[in-house]
Amino acid sequence: MSTGTGADEAGITRDVSKEDQKRNRRVKRVSLGCAGITVATTVAIFLVLFDNASGYFFEYRLHEMVLGASVEQIITFAEFFTGTRWAPDHATPAHGVLPVVWGTLTVTVGAAFISIPIGTATALYVSEYAGDGMRRKLKPSLEVLAGIPTIVYGYFAISMVTPFILAPIGELVGLSFGRRSMAAGAFVVGVMTIPMVASISEDAMNSVPDDLRNGAYALGATKFDVSTKVVLPAAVSGIFASYILAVSRAIGETMAVALAAGFNANITLNPADEIMTMTAYMVQMARGESAVGTVEYQSLFAVGLVLFLMTLAMNLLNDLLKQRFREEYQ
Amino acid sequence: MSTKDQLGDIIDEGVSYEEVRGKLFLSLCIAASFFGIAMLVLLLWDVIATTHQAVFEFNVDPVHFLTQTSSRTAENAGFYSAIIGSLWLMVLVSVMAFFVGVGTAVYLEEYAPDNRWTRLFEANLANLAGVPSVVYGLLVLGVIVNGAGMGPILLAGALALALLIMPIIIVSSIEALRAVPDGVRQGSAAAGATRWQTIRNVVLPAAMPGIITGTILALARAIGETAPLIMVGALFITTRTPGPLDRFGAMPTEIYTWAAQPERQFIAMAGFGILILLGVLFTMQGIAVYIRRRYEVDFGE
Repeated sequence: MSTGTGADEAGITRDVSKEDQKRNRRVKRVSLGCAGITVATTVAIFLVLFDNASGYFFEYRLHEMVLGASVEQIITFAEFFTGTRWAPDHATPAHGVLPVVWGTLTVTVGAAFISIPIGTATALYVSEYAGDGMRRKLKPSLEVLAGIPTIVYGYFAISMVTPFILAPIGELVGLSFGRRSMAAGAFVVGVMTIPMVASISEDAMNSVPDDLRNGAYALGATKFDVSTKVVLPAAVSGIFASYILAVSRAIGETMAVALAAGFNANITLNPADEIMTMTAYMVQMARGESAVGTVEYQSLFAVGLVLFLMTLAMNLLNDLLKQRFREEYQ
Repeated sequence: MSTKDQLGDIIDEGVSYEEVRGKLFLSLCIAASFFGIAMLVLLLWDVIATTHQAVFEFNVDPVHFLTQTSSRTAENAGFYSAIIGSLWLMVLVSVMAFFVGVGTAVYLEEYAPDNRWTRLFEANLANLAGVPSVVYGLLVLGVIVNGAGMGPILLAGALALALLIMPIIIVSSIEALRAVPDGVRQGSAAAGATRWQTIRNVVLPAAMPGIITGTILALARAIGETAPLIMVGALFITTRTPGPLDRFGAMPTEIYTWAAQPERQFIAMAGFGILILLGVLFTMQGIAVYIRRRYEVDFGE
């Protein structure tokens, strides 16, 4: 700053503004640094998962191998991806990841059978049929449903869904449900992903311009025709995006399936059987607090890596779909 | 009257199939919409009923429940240390996630050039939002708990939760910043303000209600999360209340521990715990909605 008493005013403002410019650049750098943290998180996830998972397969972790440790595979990829028994912590260990992947897939598919039809129908009703008053009641309840923690859904499964919904149905068709079952896991994961499907699909349907609807009405179409043959196809990209997000969420869902579906890794189609998802295995291992470097500890990261890659594939598919089907009505 | 009805029947004959189909479809949609609500009502009723059972059948004294630390026996177990753990988590998570999240949003919305890197950045953000919460727990387990050798302390759990909700805070902050019209920024720039002066004096104050609302909703999400805490090693029966550098349990992990027990009293107490957890969450969500309604700046667009 100018200290001279006779300094002209222009000079002072120029100095102040230089100071402000400097501060502006500093803030820009700091905010860029903040943004860098999200990138660092992504990089760190990849590094940590691959590093520890390689300890599971090769005995040495990735960074140790880079530093010159000998590479000797102790668990082959063939065993890992095709073996049908999963018990890394057993006295006679088995390292086939298929049973837990199967558990995750059955719960995901079962959940999709609930969340996709019900979520889509809810979205259609809210967007096409419901009056303002009904919409104002339905949407907040869906938001509440979406805001309930997954642990609560798990509790709901063991204290309400299994004994009072699934067990009576099971009796009718000759299945006996224990405390935990594949069907219970699929049911609650399906219920918890309904709001996701409904709200994203409804947004997509809302963005379909009324001109399309009116055009169809002018041709003599009924409300049913307009909903199913005009609105649904026009909103298809957003609707598919909601399905993919719901499936991705179901794959990564942890606490509800750990409580509802159980910890018994087996390949089964019986919905009353106890199964184990990848996430449930991780919960089981983390509860055991296995020591660092043991095969149990490393298997945690191997399974985590498979889980992460599956959800990543879903998210990338979602990005791709968004670009492929981008319909701009506005 | 009869002739009119007959006439109506004759006219309707051609369209009656379509009408029936339309009505059937509508009732299916209504039924589907109410399925979600029915599940919500059933869930809340279940939680209240088990709380009632805990208090009146198992004689769980609510005062005892709220003031005792956790224990291996159902008679002595309480929720106090879990509540304190969750409060600590809430404070630490909000400090860690808020500034970084808002900073990132400010960069992306106000400073970042519109080029390929920025778009890659946004795609990365979308993918981070889709990463399962257990994976964040694994990340912190590998890097902080074992990598840095800090052990399963509360701070590590807070870090996992902060990373988990960071993308949510960023996205909602970006939306809030985007809602401030460009004319406001240009007006400030025309008066000679720098970018940062514009952001600090004009844009951020206008966007703050939206940012705060998004942050509170994200915090509510973090408080209910269980999986990352379990990965970090939070299933620990603490007989004393945890601080940031202690081993810890939080409300959701305590609920999980109880719900996984075979004893019916523990399961009923898990219901009680859930009632408290849901009470906290609904309060936070209510505050968030109130702030949005009360303080939102309307630019008349």
